Amino acid sequence: MGQPSKLGRFELLVVPHMRAAYNLARWLTRNEHDAEDVVQEAYLRAYRFFDGFHGGDGRTWLLAIVRNTCYTWLQRNRKPSIELDEDIPELDSCRSNPEAVLLRSVDSERLRQALDDLPVEFREAIVLRELEGLSYKEIGTVAGIPVGTVMSRLARARSRLQKALTSRAHQGGAA
Amino acid sequence: MSCEDAHMLLDAYLDGELDLVRNIEIEKHVDGCKVCASAVENQRALGSALRSGGLYYQAPPSLGPRLEKLLQPAGRVETPPKRFGWQLVALAACLLLGVYFIARMIPGIPHDVAGNLLAQEALDSHLRSLMPGHLTDVQSTDQHTVKPWFNGKLDYSPPVTDFAPQGFPLTGGRLDSLNGRAVAVLVYQRRQHLINVYVWPASGLPDARVSEGARQGYNMLHWTRAGLNWWLVSDLSSGELNGFANLLRAAPASVPAAP
Repeated sequence: MGQPSKLGRFELLVVPHMRAAYNLARWLTRNEHDAEDVVQEAYLRAYRFFDGFHGGDGRTWLLAIVRNTCYTWLQRNRKPSIELDEDIPELDSCRSNPEAVLLRSVDSERLRQALDDLPVEFREAIVLRELEGLSYKEIGTVAGIPVGTVMSRLARARSRLQKALTSRAHQGGAA
Repeated sequence: MSCEDAHMLLDAYLDGELDLVRNIEIEKHVDGCKVCASAVENQRALGSALRSGGLYYQAPPSLGPRLEKLLQPAGRVETPPKRFGWQLVALAACLLLGVYFIARMIPGIPHDVAGNLLAQEALDSHLRSLMPGHLTDVQSTDQHTVKPWFNGKLDYSPPVTDFAPQGFPLTGGRLDSLNGRAVAVLVYQRRQHLINVYVWPASGLPDARVSEGARQGYNMLHWTRAGLNWWLVSDLSSGELNGFANLLRAAPASVPAAP
């Protein structure tokens, strides 16, 4: 049996992750047309770099390229994101409030908005962890950061989401 | 473990990223600490809201064909052809067929499940065809090239008509496996949208009117007429796909000549 061609291997290992690629690009660019363009560009890059892919997880590999393509795109098209506070949030900030019922019943539109409002580095951590189900190590590979940073970003991002969702819910209840 | 320590590790704990020892330590702490227990509950609630909230953005159906077009020029220079790709297609087809026949054999499963499986099979084939290089075996806009290409490959001759004047140019054909047999697939195009048309003999089945369905964002049409089964799959709008179905049904070639 002959060796599968480059394109054949690419189809097997990379092409099936188009769904994940689009989801990530859509969340990072926050625009459907830009997301399509970014995915297209990322696939071209991925194919070009595919000789350097020596096995492993095709999804993580592709998502790293999609992510970098998104950031290049963001730099070209948007103002840079605000400075990140990488510390783990204070314990008494929001977590001690028993808001679980509220969080559980939050509708997806508000959740989407809250996630959209996060700085891009936090947003990507949540998307990769909660929507894509990646491990810390995989997220670290995609985002090019150490596992410890993955953990603190996720903690920060979740804390912000909780705060946004519960405070808005309070406002909604008062209105 | 103190609250502070527990708090630092909370996310890793809930994400299943802690080693066993620390996992047990934090569980012990959370059991006896109301503040941390409610933080855990909040985190869990947020996590399940994020995962179940329909936040996943689905790729538009047009993206697959776009990528295919993009990669095709890169693939054409390649040699040898993608043998492995075909093996995978064959394997997937075998698996699907197996599932299909098992579903048919189990008496408890109603008939429309078999129909659903066929629809899924057709959709899977459509999706595979959108992968680079899988769309056509014979690439031609000429019905007189496409039709004879099927000679000797099938035990029937599918009707082939080019509808370029009506805005649905024929782009080629290929062989595929569907419903337990080799079938002819005709590929048409409407602007950027591809339409896969599956045609095979209905072997004694009565005519059936056009039935419509949608799966994973793709529209599907199906009918049986004059001894032929027809399945159409496309990301085209339902209205345009129906218009195309009417063209197919009105074409003189769609009434097969006696064998």
